[in-house]
Amino acid sequence: MTTDRPTAPVPDQEDHVDDPQPDRERPVRRATDSEPDHAFGAPPAVRARGVSKTFGSRRSQVTALSEVDLTVAAGEFVALIGPSGCGKSTLMRLIADLEAPTSGSLEVFGKPAARARADQDYGIAFQQAGLLPWRTVAANIALPLELHRAPRAERKQRVAELVELVGLGDFAKSRPDQLSGGMQQRVAIARSLAERPRLLLMDEPFGALDEMTRERMQAELARISLETGAAVVFVTHSIPEAVFLADRVVVMSARPGRITDEIVTGIGRDVVRDEHLREDPAFFSKVTEVREALHAGPVSASGAHER
Amino acid sequence: MTTTRTRPAPGRPATASPAATERIGRVVAPVVVGVIGLAGWQFLVSVVEVSPYLLPGPQEIGSELNDNFAAVREAFWITGANAAIGLLFGTVVGIVLAGLAAWARVVDGMLAFVVASLAVVPIVALAPVLNSMYGADSEYGRRAIAAIAAFVPVYVNTVRGLRQTTPQHRDLMHSYSASGWQTFSSLTLPSAAPHVITGIRVASSLAVISALVAEYFGGPRGGLGSFISTSAATSAYALAWAYVVAAIVLGLVAYVVTVLIERLVQWRLPTGGRS
Repeated sequence: MTTDRPTAPVPDQEDHVDDPQPDRERPVRRATDSEPDHAFGAPPAVRARGVSKTFGSRRSQVTALSEVDLTVAAGEFVALIGPSGCGKSTLMRLIADLEAPTSGSLEVFGKPAARARADQDYGIAFQQAGLLPWRTVAANIALPLELHRAPRAERKQRVAELVELVGLGDFAKSRPDQLSGGMQQRVAIARSLAERPRLLLMDEPFGALDEMTRERMQAELARISLETGAAVVFVTHSIPEAVFLADRVVVMSARPGRITDEIVTGIGRDVVRDEHLREDPAFFSKVTEVREALHAGPVSASGAHER
Repeated sequence: MTTTRTRPAPGRPATASPAATERIGRVVAPVVVGVIGLAGWQFLVSVVEVSPYLLPGPQEIGSELNDNFAAVREAFWITGANAAIGLLFGTVVGIVLAGLAAWARVVDGMLAFVVASLAVVPIVALAPVLNSMYGADSEYGRRAIAAIAAFVPVYVNTVRGLRQTTPQHRDLMHSYSASGWQTFSSLTLPSAAPHVITGIRVASSLAVISALVAEYFGGPRGGLGSFISTSAATSAYALAWAYVVAAIVLGLVAYVVTVLIERLVQWRLPTGGRS
């Protein structure tokens, strides 16, 4: 598994040149400082042009996505919101190269999505934590590092950092079934961050959590995304969650799935995501704006059939 | 045997007994049942005077076992080795073929009928055929029978185990660009392990029983099964029972060994497959 990423050469590693870089205190917005080969500015984290996706056989086709254009800048936090069946998860899966678009072009950091996946340019988290039950918390987080043959010492150090980052220092040796749902999801997020991806793809990661855990997790994700400086594509169906976390909320509608509106939240990255923000009138007005944008589109009354 | 677990329960409330007492109880209870059983048996033979042709007493069986200890031990090893070799061979073939079947549906389709046939073949029918096939002085027929008996549960359970991965886990491995081997070794195999172990546990008792029963139907003289039948045929009933005791011990040894293997795997993979 070669992960020949377009980063600056690492001088002090002889035999593992293709491993993730060991420097820990990576500055925010790594895309700008670690890509000397893009003279005219870093490419956006995601650029989708006229992307469509249809599922099914010739007889019964379902159009999940129709002519979607979306650009996510490096370091930007974008929330995809919309009713069930609007194709928001499908769009995320296309970016992750878990599915291939039927038509249109999709680039991740200026590369085809398949190449970006091979280069491990993104980390991914799903609605279910999806931990391997026979591995400890630490071993679960280490999984991507093991698969990409990171040296043992570096792996250990990175896992220790991540366990602290998600506040599970005391649970590194626990098994997933000993943890609550929220804690499992934190492990999944730590795992998605293991290789310092410049892009995080999250498909309703807090969808299965109770409201209180969910709000706490949102605050933590906001902190983590600020600390790592990674771009985030965050699929959700919660309006407050989208506004609370994102720089930009992309509103989608169903049948066919397409983007109907985009709302810049205007809440800077440096604004602390806490209870005060949730009670801020500006926050409320953005929530209202997103809600109206959602309802402006033809609301699918019956809910959804496909993803 | 089934009464041993329930026996201590009515005497004292379960909540009141500390863990230590319960542990001792778990050891003592079956011993008590065993002693009572043996005493009852001896009582039937000595006091009620049941004919020794019908039922030799435990004392008699014990002394036969003592007198013929070397012979019994040799027979024990012969049968044990046949069962172990058959189990090993059946397990390896079962796992390899199950791996192929899980990897390609075509293989599964090809094997399904063969496995279903093997599963219903009676040892009684197969043993004479294989014994004459390999010749009267060869153990291979018996080992082949044990292997066939062991193969079926291992294959069936392993195929099922190898299909336990969830779509999300597969997506995750795909997102890591994991190679086929990596996906197999870090996802598919650990998911399958508890199922494989279950298969081996079932197979171990089947292998012992098959190796024993196969000895009834010809082949070289030697082994517990053949001595049970010859002893019974020459009216040496107590000696036949002595061999039966050895056969029980062999079955228990096989059981304990597989439990230990299971513990070992569970220690490595504590919660098993999916949770």
